[in-house]
Amino acid sequence: MEMMRKERIDRGIKVRTEGIYAISAMKEILYLLGPRLLLIVGVLLLPFFLELAPYWKRVINIMFVYSLLALAFDFLANYVGLVCLGGAFFVGVGGYLSAIFNSYFHIPIYISIPLATILGAIFCTLTILPCLPLRGVYFAIVTLMYPLLATRVIEALNILGGTNGITGIASFPHEYVEQYAVIFVMLICLFGMRRFVNEDIGLVIRGVKDNDQAVRASGISITYMKTLAVFIASLMCCFGGAYIAHLYMWAGLSLFALDFSIIPIASVVIGGGGTLVGAVIGSFILVPLSEFLRFFGTFRIVIYCALLTTFIILKSEGIMVYLQRKYHQFERWVKV
Amino acid sequence: MGKGMKDNVIISVKGISKTFGGLKALIDVSFDVHEGEIYGIIGPNGSGKTTLINCITGFIKPNAGQVFFQGRDITGLAPHKIAHIGIARTFQIMRPYYTLPAFKNLIIPLWSPRARKIGGWRGGGKHGDRDTVAVDILEEIGFERDSRVPYKLASTLPTGYQKRLELARCIALRPQIIFCDEVFSGLSMSEIASMLPLIEKLKMDGITLIMVEHRLRELFRVADRVMALNFGEKIAEGDYTEVIEDKRVKEAYLGSEEV
Ligand SMILES: Nc1ncnc2c1ncn2[C@@H]1O[C@H](COP(=O)(O)OP(=O)(O)O)[C@@H](O)[C@H]1O
Ligand SMILES: [Mg+2]
Repeated sequence: MEMMRKERIDRGIKVRTEGIYAISAMKEILYLLGPRLLLIVGVLLLPFFLELAPYWKRVINIMFVYSLLALAFDFLANYVGLVCLGGAFFVGVGGYLSAIFNSYFHIPIYISIPLATILGAIFCTLTILPCLPLRGVYFAIVTLMYPLLATRVIEALNILGGTNGITGIASFPHEYVEQYAVIFVMLICLFGMRRFVNEDIGLVIRGVKDNDQAVRASGISITYMKTLAVFIASLMCCFGGAYIAHLYMWAGLSLFALDFSIIPIASVVIGGGGTLVGAVIGSFILVPLSEFLRFFGTFRIVIYCALLTTFIILKSEGIMVYLQRKYHQFERWVKV
Repeated sequence: MGKGMKDNVIISVKGISKTFGGLKALIDVSFDVHEGEIYGIIGPNGSGKTTLINCITGFIKPNAGQVFFQGRDITGLAPHKIAHIGIARTFQIMRPYYTLPAFKNLIIPLWSPRARKIGGWRGGGKHGDRDTVAVDILEEIGFERDSRVPYKLASTLPTGYQKRLELARCIALRPQIIFCDEVFSGLSMSEIASMLPLIEKLKMDGITLIMVEHRLRELFRVADRVMALNFGEKIAEGDYTEVIEDKRVKEAYLGSEEV
């Protein structure tokens, strides 16, 4: 009997080596930049296509927010080693802060969002700080408590509008501003983060995940590095929260909804952990899908779970890892 | 070791004890190391060598005793603070940053506040980028610059190179002292011999080395003075010939293995 085996061969282009580029021909430049351009141009043109389907505009805006959250989760989980289930907490803090600035203090939207992003991230980082020595599942569970706790506090003390939330928040001046604001931030974060994790400081942060003892033995405080990482991740999430508050012109308890913690994780699983782009692609698939399934009413969750499970069984590595492999390698069957 | 050296004690360990549950891993261990010397610590498996390094470098808090570095009490400081003042260490269980290429492993110590403050490497690379400095250090420690070895993933390196990488990570920190936890064990005699010039070079640079090894012969002609541990207790100290002739040292290794 003849046995067959799948053989994988790298494409004969030298630029593949991570970090070291030696570009010589137009073809190679295209090979490298092609996928990136496709993503950027596609995303930038999206608002025009949406003119044909106005109902989806809001879904797509939320989708970009989710891709930011997924990006933050992927960064923390796969580059720093912190599995943070507190995404909803970051979103809520960002959203409520922007609401307070805009509705109570009448700070205009183009200042309230950046201010809420930065101050929110500082606040989130400070509150997460005591949990940083925790590892693995313990850190995950404790961070999961944060959004629940925040909801209860607001409910019990009846502050910040209590269960009614804060209303009267300014909306975006124009639909295109609304759409492109989140698109630009998403693109900047995506490419910025990809750059960051390969910078020297990014390598140090990755070292914390790989081998934290050796990082400490190198005279670097791992608490400091983790704090920095949480700050960066919460910047992205707090922006998302502030954006949503202005999008809905309302900040309520649903900003702390667990969806904001869980869907990004599913997106990272689907898209492929540790690739950053995968997180974004994953939410591009999951969020519209989940909206589409609304059509099925409560049955939606069943279909959603069935699809997710099937996907994880069939392509457990994630879409991006799979695509990158296909893109960079030939495959052929050879005799053993 | 001349008598004059006695004054410049760089590290002084006084009465360190450590127990794990009921197990006495270290019992009242004291020793002094002089600046610029190579000090060997030997002992059978489980005699407390690694625990001693962990206590000195802050990874474990001792139950009793103190550690002085240049006269300053550093007992119980956090590991990164101890590294920051110039005390580097290798790990017996090598764990390079597996997902990074070998030379990128050095970026992490080179990025540390200490290395950034001191800067440069052998006069060059003062403002140069860390990648170049990293490859320079690897070359010095025996990675062939023009081969592909420095650029290989750390997880794919053979043991000999991983041990060198472990040491390179310490050197990149520009320390005053390096604690080496069994960098020679698992290497063949010829591999050890090829690393000796490197050790000599570090000594010439004025770095104090504390070399922990399983067996004494691995420290032959390397260590200026040697201390022997057994069941957490210091049983002998002196130069190579004194320790190898010591009755208690012979007993400690008796039956199980040669010194
Ligand atoms: N973290 C720990 N918890 C419990 N026991 C330990 C721990 N570390 C070391 N020991 C015990 O302390 C003793 C000394 O270990 P170690 O310092 O690793 O010895 P050596 O490095 O000389 O082989 C051993 O009996 C070991 O089992
Ligand atoms: Mg040991």
